[in-house]
Amino acid sequence: MKYVDEFRDSALAKNISLQIKAQIDSERNYSLMEFCGGHTHAISRFGIVDLLPSNVHLIHGPGCPVCVLPIGRVDMAIKLAAEQGVMLCTYADVMRIPASKGLTLQKAKARGADIFPVYSPLNALELAIKNPSREVVFLAIGFETTAPTTAITLKKARKLGVSNFSVLSNHVLTPSAMDAIFKKDKDQKASVKIDGIIGPAHVSIIIGITPYERFVQTNRLPVVIAGFEPLDVLQAVKMLISQINSNSAVVENEFTRAVTKDGNVVALNAMNEVFEIRDFFEWRGLGTIPNSALKLSESFGDFDAEKRFNLNYKKVSDHKSCECGAILKGEKRPQECKIFGTTCTPETPIGSCMVSSEGACAAHYSFGRFRNIPLKSALVG
Amino acid sequence: MCLAIPALIVEIQPEQMALVDLDGIRQLISTELLGEVRVGDYVIVHVGHALAVIDPLEAAQTLDLFSLLKSHTDAELKEIG
Repeated sequence: MKYVDEFRDSALAKNISLQIKAQIDSERNYSLMEFCGGHTHAISRFGIVDLLPSNVHLIHGPGCPVCVLPIGRVDMAIKLAAEQGVMLCTYADVMRIPASKGLTLQKAKARGADIFPVYSPLNALELAIKNPSREVVFLAIGFETTAPTTAITLKKARKLGVSNFSVLSNHVLTPSAMDAIFKKDKDQKASVKIDGIIGPAHVSIIIGITPYERFVQTNRLPVVIAGFEPLDVLQAVKMLISQINSNSAVVENEFTRAVTKDGNVVALNAMNEVFEIRDFFEWRGLGTIPNSALKLSESFGDFDAEKRFNLNYKKVSDHKSCECGAILKGEKRPQECKIFGTTCTPETPIGSCMVSSEGACAAHYSFGRFRNIPLKSALVG
Repeated sequence: MCLAIPALIVEIQPEQMALVDLDGIRQLISTELLGEVRVGDYVIVHVGHALAVIDPLEAAQTLDLFSLLKSHTDAELKEIG
């Protein structure tokens, strides 16, 4: 596939890997956080850690919308489908997020609730048009990559006069989450020690480069926006190490084939028209963060499922053995959770990081769980 | 979740829709988030919407950057596996 295969070339990967090795300072550690689940997945799937010197550490961040959706928000959707008789549509990943009372949307569907996994919010709108006597609700999740597609769908619903369609918005914002992770405590210490950030690819297509400049200035941390292919990730690591070695902290863009300084202005305008910023939103693992999520704006209030069905959010604690919170903040690695790979697996996830293939736990389980076990020479021969 | 895939535009359709091809799989997507698109453009597709047109020149320059300084010895390459 064009623009995929050439960015996975193994000879070029070795070349970048050797360049990284040549510029590394062996006296220090480099801790780099990949913010986005897309990078987490690529790093695990393509074995990128094996191409890096041992003093370069990649730490997974909170950029997986399935992982940061708190239980209480899934409960709201299940209640809506089970008790109010709506047709509830959402992305397939959301179907398996563990909710209260051992339920998931998938299990609620098995018990008779009308729940439909969809590829696009436009499919949910089509369902509403085909079923004018039923209320159709789209459970929307995602960062700035996905929010504009919900906005466009709502604008279309208004234009076509589809009154039985509404959206339960859980869209969240990248810059606020970055701020929350690096918020210093009263001793001016950040909760995790990070030297640089690999910035998200597709979020940045929408928001551009400018929003990261304030973050870089406040935190004195380099950010390199990178594509999701393995060569993009390696190149971003190389660029971050150069910046760290020269004590520089600026925003650089590796994903120039799709990311521009100002982002996608059409998308940003649609988001501004349809959404407004919530005062507070709870994130799984990160707690309640001010100004970090989107709700429907006043002018699109008639499409807001929270208003239409009088829904209220109720906080629910995570499973007590689950370490998703610490993992999402980069404080722990998946294998440090005691239920990782035993009771919590991709087939039967306990925590949200084991649900989506971009979740840190699912990625490590699928591609990396055997890499720390030494091979026995008698067996290999 | 932010998964998005480069796909080739093969047909422009009314109401800012387009047919894209991804290794033989064809899908109708919305191009409303973009300005003008043309047949032959590669777009990044996410949940049924094109988010950006891939800039072929920038893509070529990025690939050139990856090949820079490609003067390692065979021994060095062998060591890395």
